Amino acid sequence: MFIRISFTYLLAGFVLGALLLAHKGIPWLQGMWTLLPLHIEFMLFGWVIQFIMGVAYWMMPRLDQTKERGNETVALTAFLLMNAGLLVSGFGRTLDWSDGVVLAGRLAELSAAILFLVHAWPRVRAFGS
Amino acid sequence: MPTLSRAFIKSGLLFFAAALLLWVAIIGRAFFGLPSFLGAMMPSFFHLLMVGWITQIIFGVSIWMFPAQTRENPRGSGKLGWTCFYLLNFGLLMRLIGEPAVLATGSAALGAVLLFSGFFQLLAGAAYVKLIWSRVKGK
Repeated sequence: MFIRISFTYLLAGFVLGALLLAHKGIPWLQGMWTLLPLHIEFMLFGWVIQFIMGVAYWMMPRLDQTKERGNETVALTAFLLMNAGLLVSGFGRTLDWSDGVVLAGRLAELSAAILFLVHAWPRVRAFGS
Repeated sequence: MPTLSRAFIKSGLLFFAAALLLWVAIIGRAFFGLPSFLGAMMPSFFHLLMVGWITQIIFGVSIWMFPAQTRENPRGSGKLGWTCFYLLNFGLLMRLIGEPAVLATGSAALGAVLLFSGFFQLLAGAAYVKLIWSRVKGK
């Protein structure tokens, strides 16, 4: 899920980036630059960070006792919070929502990072340990 | 490592070095006596780093290491992969040339370079997603 949705954000981020770059070359729509925070949010959190989280979830060593990837509920919650957070922060900054809403989005991203840390920590270990 | 992945990774390494070179030039332009328009090239620096380096490394490594599409055709269409590679790199280089040129001249004709730069990078992204999507599998 992390990986496939990161591809979706990659495409959305490239669409926004192409519109912004075209506007930089040939200005064509007033207010176009308000899309910049959304472009940054999609490319950084949506694409790069989420892709890395997805590959880490997939490839890190499984837990020895169960041969599973650990608590999937924690990972799924991190996934949902990351996506909710980046959408609220990105659209909040673009549409000029209140600072409190944008802060709530950032807190959701922070919570996602902490939950992912909790999920991944025991899987970071030497082979056979 | 497949040739396409080597191309993405080596190109990514070159963009990494180029990004940091540009950054040094931007922040040290007064010290080195470089032109002042470099001050407006921070967006180029960020894109060399995030697209030229990080995104391109991700493309190269994922094309190399993701689960095979099929036993007969493990990495999908080579033609699509190379199209992605050329579009991404050509698009980025167009930006690198077009951005200072537009800043210096304000020419609409040069502005079209940026329009095509963005369009090429968007096509590269679409080509990559089409190439890799079916290789994201369960288990």
